[in-house]
Amino acid sequence: MATEATDHAPRAIALAGPITLASLPDTRTRLDAAPRGAVLDLSAVTALDTAGAWLVARHRENARDNGQTATVTGASAAQTLLLETVEAAMPPAQGRPSPRRLHHSATDLLAELGTAVSSLAGGFANAFGFLGLVVMRLAWTVLRPSRFRVTALVHHMHQAGLNAVPIVALMGFLIGIVLAFQGASQLRQFGAEVFVVDLIAISILRELGILLTAIIVAGRSASAFTASIGAMKMREEIDAMRVLGLDPIELLVLPRVLALVILLPVLGFIANMAGLIGGGLMAWTQLGISPGMFRTQLLSNTDVSHLLIGLSRAPVFAVIIGLVGCHQGMQVEGNSESLGYQTSRSVVVAIFLVIVVDALFSIFFATWGI
Amino acid sequence: MMTGEPVISVRDLTTRFGATVVHDGLNLDVFRGEVLGVVGGSGTGKSVLLRSIVGLKRPSAGQITVLGTDVLTADPARLHAVQNRWGVMFQDGALFSSLTVRENVAAPMRERLGIDAQTRTALADLRIAMVGLPATAGGLYPSELSGGMRKRAGLARALALDPEIVFLDEPTAGLDPIGASEFDALIIALQRALGLTVFLVTHDLDTLHATCDRIAVLAGGKVLVAGTMAEMLHVEDPWVHAYFNGPRAHAAQTAAGAI
Repeated sequence: MATEATDHAPRAIALAGPITLASLPDTRTRLDAAPRGAVLDLSAVTALDTAGAWLVARHRENARDNGQTATVTGASAAQTLLLETVEAAMPPAQGRPSPRRLHHSATDLLAELGTAVSSLAGGFANAFGFLGLVVMRLAWTVLRPSRFRVTALVHHMHQAGLNAVPIVALMGFLIGIVLAFQGASQLRQFGAEVFVVDLIAISILRELGILLTAIIVAGRSASAFTASIGAMKMREEIDAMRVLGLDPIELLVLPRVLALVILLPVLGFIANMAGLIGGGLMAWTQLGISPGMFRTQLLSNTDVSHLLIGLSRAPVFAVIIGLVGCHQGMQVEGNSESLGYQTSRSVVVAIFLVIVVDALFSIFFATWGI
Repeated sequence: MMTGEPVISVRDLTTRFGATVVHDGLNLDVFRGEVLGVVGGSGTGKSVLLRSIVGLKRPSAGQITVLGTDVLTADPARLHAVQNRWGVMFQDGALFSSLTVRENVAAPMRERLGIDAQTRTALADLRIAMVGLPATAGGLYPSELSGGMRKRAGLARALALDPEIVFLDEPTAGLDPIGASEFDALIIALQRALGLTVFLVTHDLDTLHATCDRIAVLAGGKVLVAGTMAEMLHVEDPWVHAYFNGPRAHAAQTAAGAI
């Protein structure tokens, strides 16, 4: 490790001890301080590894750039071989990458904006293309129902539907409790406690039950669809299907989307019922509205059309969630980072679209006075 | 070539997967500076042996000593010290897909030692050049590389910490014959230049001929026989005989003779 200029030849450096990766910073400091053309004496070096050999080679390269020659003496046969290998492999200095740019000029920002807009437009076009493809395959399948994979459909109904029942029911129950509690504290001021039943029933049946169910299913199933299809894409399973003449849309996308279309209304209905039960329980314990009173008030004031209006959105939400999940899965490229990116994106896009479409529905129903 | 000092020593290794016994009292020594080829039929536990030695699979019983450390009982600090002295190249490179090749090769240096970024990059570029990849490969992502380049990049990452032992899992599987013999030559050149001990799992008879000093045949959960290629040709066991004297083996022998 020690580097000293020997007395008799001032331009000679004697390296000693292990010259390895571990001692790299030390050795480099000493070599950098040495004159460029100094002779390197390796006879006392006990261990030399690639990193050490790189330092020696770099010293010689620097000397060569300076028009001098730095000779190496006292290297063992193995060390000479290593030095030769490393020198042969030394990458040219100018080939090294320039550090990443951190500062952005105004034109860079403008260019980034343009790229973002164009990729957004491209993404829309791509997504509509995918929608068209799925509709076409659906039409095919309707014409030849024997091709449809019932097993896959049942599997996804189990995964995305049945397994979601507990969380959806719990969510509905808690929303009912919250609404009853908040509604009661406001309505009590007017002595109109009994109308809490209408508040709970209409808000849950018409709006909140299905919207929140769709959001939970988007979080659960859109991400699961993206992850499973994305993993298949990474392992080239999708490509394998294509070359075998199997259609990934028909085999992977249709069963998933149809499973959601069938079961999201059911999940929404479960959430609605759980919400009524939660609200009813809260009304009973906090406001003294007995279950019988709750039932009478519910049946007389709340029309079944509220439930139907709520659930009519469910198939649309299901298509959005299923398509976004599968489409994002198909966008996954060959690395794990893209899988993670597309999965999180799939949840964000699905929830966002569900809320946008829900708002459109509300405007539509309000305009038509339904 | 052999100094008689075993750097890896496996004693009475037993590995079970449920009711299946993969290793049943397996003993194996790997000596400093040699290239040991491990062969055996499918399912004889070649890769499991490699994974057991590097600590990815905990055996049911037995003792594994690497560079004087019992890797099964060592405390984390000692194990870490030994891990710094070996490098593993997985079958398809197992490169981190979200990092470029250069970042992949620099990753072990980044995780283990306090070296500044510029030096890391320079050393990574040196490794990339040493395994015969073009300088432009450093900036590419693993998904942009061919299979052969991924293997080379995997080797470069395995060599990043200048290990004493290198484990190679099927280094030439899936390569074209030219690429495979280039890889064999690369292993030999690096092994000589860096003084490596190489533990090689392979099915490739050409690789065995070209690179290995010694061959260990796994069968029935044990090392059936270990020795040089010349010794293998005279083993009586039917599987070993068929393996080293089959039509492919003759072609490989002729090829090795021609070199």
